[in-house]
Amino acid sequence: MKKKKNSGMTFIVKNITNVMVGFMLVFGAYIVLYGHITPGGGFPGGVMIALAYILITLAYGRKVVESMVSGMAGSIADDFGALAFLILGLIGLWFSGKFLFNFLPKGTPFNLFSAGSIILYNLAITLKVGMSLYIVFLALSILQRVVTEVEK
Amino acid sequence: METIIILHILLVFMIIGSIITIEIKNMLSAVIAIGSVGFILSIMFLFLGAPDIAITQVIVEILSLIILIRSTINVDNVSIEKKEEHVLSNRTTLIFVGVILVFAWFAFRSLPPFGEPLMRISNYYLNNGLRDVGATNFVTSVILDYRAYDTFGEAMVLFVSISGAFAILRRWKREQHKDFLRIDREH
Repeated sequence: MKKKKNSGMTFIVKNITNVMVGFMLVFGAYIVLYGHITPGGGFPGGVMIALAYILITLAYGRKVVESMVSGMAGSIADDFGALAFLILGLIGLWFSGKFLFNFLPKGTPFNLFSAGSIILYNLAITLKVGMSLYIVFLALSILQRVVTEVEK
Repeated sequence: METIIILHILLVFMIIGSIITIEIKNMLSAVIAIGSVGFILSIMFLFLGAPDIAITQVIVEILSLIILIRSTINVDNVSIEKKEEHVLSNRTTLIFVGVILVFAWFAFRSLPPFGEPLMRISNYYLNNGLRDVGATNFVTSVILDYRAYDTFGEAMVLFVSISGAFAILRRWKREQHKDFLRIDREH
């Protein structure tokens, strides 16, 4: 992360953000990837990844986070997640004649690559939920900035 | 038995938090009170043995608290002026709630009593889930294999609602609004 002196919050908040963001992203990825073995799944993992980016937004300001993931890239990832869920369902339809069929091999339980295509569904939901909540937060912060500029 | 006593104590705290949220004048205090309701709800999910829902509840509660605090912290948070309420809107709300209650009465009378066929479908999932799906977290195997179509519908609901939010918050509307406010200020 770039350090800018005159934007965002104080030194303490920025340093704690630097330490915490990595852990938040890793824990979010863990919750997504092990969603079929331990409690968790695509929805909480996606929100956790979105919260990591929202923490950067709060600490460093909007310009720094938009240089990492711009609003347009977030929007495209959001649409891609929704489309990926649909395409996975259509692949299941093509393989077996049932929409959203679990078409991959089951594997042995308690392994990471078990439970067929559930891990792919979880990744699609992660993209969908995480990126959509992130761009909603970006849109709200832009709107608030416009309102405060007008009030000044 | 102890679990039920703990759940009732937590329920009392949730009701107190909701009443504080409605009655308090300061906006920021109201947001913090509604946050306490959500966190107590996640503790209740943990006591009921649903860690999936508890994780989701905590995470979504944090996100909504951040958004609510950020949107209310710059607002003049002394008090809300009481405006004259439209009479028709109150009546319409009452009529709709009444109609829903009447239909709910007829609908719930045709359902079986609470907990009567005890865990018939869930027993099927618990017995055959590992063989059918291969996932050791049965909640995931239900929401993404047995009931994947419902999850697909929920994802589409989120997609449509966020598209609607962007249609309202789109840029040219904001520019127009800014010009409008500026003209208003000059006068």
